[in-house]
Amino acid sequence: MTAVPSADPDAHVDELRALEAEAVHIIREVVAELARPVLLFSAGKDSIVLLRLAEKAFRPSPLPFPVLHVDTGHNFPEVIDFRDRRLAEDGHRLIVASVQESIDRGRVAETGGPGASRNRLQTRTLLDALEEHRFDAAFGGARRDEERARAKERVLSFRDEFGQWDPRSQRPEPWSLYNGRIRRGEQVRVFPLSNWTELDIWRYIELEKLALPSIYFVHERQVFERDGILLGLSEYTLPTENELVQRLRVRYRTVGDLTITGAVRSDAGDVAGVIEEIAAATVSERGETRADDRTSVAAMEDRKREGYF
Amino acid sequence: MTTTGRPRQLLRLATAGSVDDGKSTLIGRLLHDTGSLPTDHLEAVTNADGEADLAALSDGLRAEREQGITIDVAYRFFSTPTRSFVLADTPGHERYTRNMFTGASNTHVAVLLVDARTGVLRQTRRHARIADLLGVPHLVAVVNKIDLVDFDETRFKEVESELGLLAQRLGGRDLTVIPVSATRGDNVVTRSDSTPWYDGPTLLDHLEGVELAAPSAVASELRLPIQWVARPTDHQRRRYTGRLSAGTLSVGDEVVVLPAGSRSTVTALDTLDPHRAVAVAPLSVSFELADDVDVARGDLVVSAAAEASAPVPAREIDATVCWLSETPLRAGDRVALKHTSRTVRATVQELHTRLDPETLEEHDSPSELALNDIGRITLRTSTVVLADPYATNRDAGAFILIDEQSNDTVGAGTVSDAREVVPGEQTRHDIKWHPSSLERDRRWSATGQRGATIWLTGLPASGKSTVAVALERALVDAGRTAYLLDGDNVRHGISDDLGFSPGDRAENIRRVGHLTRLFADAGVVAVASMVSPLRSDRAIARALNEAAALPFLEIHVSTPVEECERRDPKGLYARARAGELRGLTGIDAPYEAPENPDLAFDTTGADLDDLVARILTELTRHEGLAT
Repeated sequence: MTAVPSADPDAHVDELRALEAEAVHIIREVVAELARPVLLFSAGKDSIVLLRLAEKAFRPSPLPFPVLHVDTGHNFPEVIDFRDRRLAEDGHRLIVASVQESIDRGRVAETGGPGASRNRLQTRTLLDALEEHRFDAAFGGARRDEERARAKERVLSFRDEFGQWDPRSQRPEPWSLYNGRIRRGEQVRVFPLSNWTELDIWRYIELEKLALPSIYFVHERQVFERDGILLGLSEYTLPTENELVQRLRVRYRTVGDLTITGAVRSDAGDVAGVIEEIAAATVSERGETRADDRTSVAAMEDRKREGYF
Repeated sequence: MTTTGRPRQLLRLATAGSVDDGKSTLIGRLLHDTGSLPTDHLEAVTNADGEADLAALSDGLRAEREQGITIDVAYRFFSTPTRSFVLADTPGHERYTRNMFTGASNTHVAVLLVDARTGVLRQTRRHARIADLLGVPHLVAVVNKIDLVDFDETRFKEVESELGLLAQRLGGRDLTVIPVSATRGDNVVTRSDSTPWYDGPTLLDHLEGVELAAPSAVASELRLPIQWVARPTDHQRRRYTGRLSAGTLSVGDEVVVLPAGSRSTVTALDTLDPHRAVAVAPLSVSFELADDVDVARGDLVVSAAAEASAPVPAREIDATVCWLSETPLRAGDRVALKHTSRTVRATVQELHTRLDPETLEEHDSPSELALNDIGRITLRTSTVVLADPYATNRDAGAFILIDEQSNDTVGAGTVSDAREVVPGEQTRHDIKWHPSSLERDRRWSATGQRGATIWLTGLPASGKSTVAVALERALVDAGRTAYLLDGDNVRHGISDDLGFSPGDRAENIRRVGHLTRLFADAGVVAVASMVSPLRSDRAIARALNEAAALPFLEIHVSTPVEECERRDPKGLYARARAGELRGLTGIDAPYEAPENPDLAFDTTGADLDDLVARILTELTRHEGLAT
C-alpha cells in the first residue's frame, strides 16, 4: 500500500462509504458462492439498511433472492404495515415464517404469564423455514456492537446441519476473503453489517434518506414499566396490578417482538434528532430496550448456539 | 452530509501480546475513557463493591469467562470526533495465534502489549513478527502495568531498549513505545501525572494522529476482481460487479480483462455513491462495457493504459503462510486457494522455511508446518492466478487455503513472488539447451519414421495397459517404431524416487511428458499408459509436446469404477477398501475426466482389436491434420 496525497479528494473514502462498500462486497460474494440465499427482514432499522445495501449490490437487476420475515405474531402493527409497503414497492418476494404456525403444529410450546416471550421460539420457526425452502445462506442485520457474544461473530458464520453455532471452531476470516464452502444441509448466516455501529446505521439512514416505521420517532403511547423496561400496552402485554399505565412521549430504539421490546422517553421526531439522542446515550440499545438479553449473561450466546441468527 | 459535519475516517486496529499482559483491560479502558462504554455494559462487569473488571467486557463467550482467557477475536468499536475505530481484540494465548493472524490481517495499526515487569516475551516476539509479515503499517508497543513498577523510568527504558532490539530484528521497523497503566488509565486516553519523564503521545493521541495509508489511486494501477455478473435481459446489458483493490475506474476508461486479455471501454459505472463519478479502492462498483466480451467471476479488470502494470498470469507462487489447521501441511498436499474472487486448486511444491517463534530464526526445509506455524512455501496452481506481491497490494497479494474435503479454511498467506510457468519453456540460466545438429524433418525422412504421443488416461484397472500393449504391437506390425511407457514401469526407474502424493504424481507426469517429447522427436510413437488423474497435469504433458509441434492424442479409457473394482488385477481396490492403501484414484482420490479427449471408450465388453483400430484411425487423422 502506498500513501495517497491527502490533497486528492477523490482518493478519500469516508467511513460510511467504506462500510457500504464492504457490506456490498460481502453480499455479492455470498450470492456468487452459495446456491440459495435469503435475506432476513424484520422491518427494523438494521434490516432496512441491509435491504437497501442488497438492492444497491444488484441494481438495476432485481434482488437475486427472496426476503424472509420470521413473524412472532406479536408485532407492532406499524411495522407490519411498513414491511408490506416497503417490499411491495420494490417488487421483492416475501416469505413469512410464522411462529404461531409453529405453535399450532406443535413444533414449539408457548409459555404463559407475564414476561412470556416468543423470542426464543423464533429459532425453531427460522430453522424450519430455512430447511423447507432449502436456503443455504441467510443474510441478517446483526451487528457486532450489539452484544458481547455478537462481538465474537464472523461475517460468514458457519452453522452445522442443525443450524448450530460453535464459537470455538469458527473459520478464520483474514483480509476480505470469505470461505463460503459448505456441505449439503449445512448453512451460513451472513452478517454484512458486522462492523457497523448503531450510530453508523442512523447516519446511513440519514445519508440515503431511508424510510422507517413510524415507531422509531416520537409519539404518545400508553406504557408501563417492568424490570426497568417501558413496555407498550397491547393485547399481548398487559400490566399486573402493581404496574402503572402512563401516557408518555416515547419512541423505539429497536423493533422486535412487542412483548420484550421497550420504548424510550424521547423528543426525537426525525433522523437528525435520533442521531443526537443516540450520540449522547449512555445506555446501549439492547440494554435499554431488550428484556430477553437480561435473563442470563450468556443469553445471546445460548440462543445463537441453538440456531438463532 | 452527516450530522457531525465532515466525514470521518475509519481506522482498523488490532491488539496483540501475551496472555495476562492486560489486553482486555486496555480495551475496556479505551472504550470507557472515550465515553464509548454504555453504562449497562459497565454495570454487567461491576462487582458488589463497585469495582469494574474492564477485562471481562471483551470476553463474550462462556468458556472465555470461565477460563479467564480470550479464545477468539472480538470486535469493538469506539470513536472520536475525527476517527471511527474498529478494534480487533485478538487472543494472546499461543494456541490461538491463528486468530491473532486473522485479527491483524487488515488493520492499519497493531498495538502490542508488554508487561512492564516481565518485558518482551516469546509471544510478544511472535506477534510482532506476524504483524510485520502482514505488513501492518504501524506498530505501537504499550508498556503496560507501569504502575506496578512504581512508574519507574529506568525500568521503562529497559523495556524500551528490548523493544528497540525487536524492531531491529524486524528490519529496523518504526516502533512507538508508550508507558501505560490500563487499570488506572495512565496515558491511554488521558495523560498521566505519574510519568513526568515521558513526553510522547497518549495511546489515543497516537491512534488519532497516525497517517492512514490508502490503496493506490493512480488510474493505471487499477485492480478490479470480478465478483458477480448480472445476466443481460431485453432491457439491460450484461453488468459486472466487483470491489477495487487499487487504482481508479470511470466511464470512458479503457480496460483489459485478464486472463483472456480482451479490451473494452467502460460505458456505465455505479459507485453506489450518487456524488462520486470516479471509483477508487476500496469501493464496490458495478459497470458495463462497450463490447460484448467474455467476463466471468474470478477475472481481473486492469487498466489498458500504455503505462499500466498488469500482474503475471502465474502458475507458481512463493508465499508466506500461517497454518491454521490441526492437520499439518506437507509438500505434495493439495488445497484449494482462494485469492480475490478466484478459487483454484494448488499443490504444495516445497516447504522452504519454518519460523522459530522463540528466536525468530528461520529453519530450512522443514518436513511440515504444524498448527500456528509460519513458513515460506512454493505453491503450483492448476490454473493461472493473477496475483500481485503482498508488499504492493494487500488485497491482491493475500489468499486463504481451503481443505477440499472438510471445507475448512486451513491456511492464510501472502504472496512474495508469482511466476508464469510455461511447460517446456522453463528458463534455466545456469544451463544451456544443446541443439542437435540434425533437423527433425531430416531425421524423420531418413528413417521413414514419424513420432507422436498417444496418452492413455483412466482409472486403475480400466484396461489402459491391455490396450496400450496391443496398440504397441499393432504399430510395430504396421512398420512403425513404437514404445510403451507404462506407469508402473516408469516408477521402477525414472521415477523410483517418487511417491503417490499429489505433488509427486504431478512430477511423475511431468517427467513422462518430457520423455514422450524426446521419443516423439526421435521418430517413435510413444504410447503412455498413465492413470494421470488430474487435468492440469495432463495439460502439462500435452503442452510440452504441442510446444515442440509434436502430435499428442489424449485417449480416455472411461471404464466405470464399478467395473474396474470388479476386475482389480493388482488388488488395489480391495486394499483401499480395507484401509491399507490411501489415495487410490477413484476411491479416496479424485479423477478428473478429460473435457475434450481425442477419443474416449469404455473397455467393458469391448473388442480389443476394434479399440486399437479406432486409435490408429484417430492417429492417422491427427497426423493428416497436422501436415
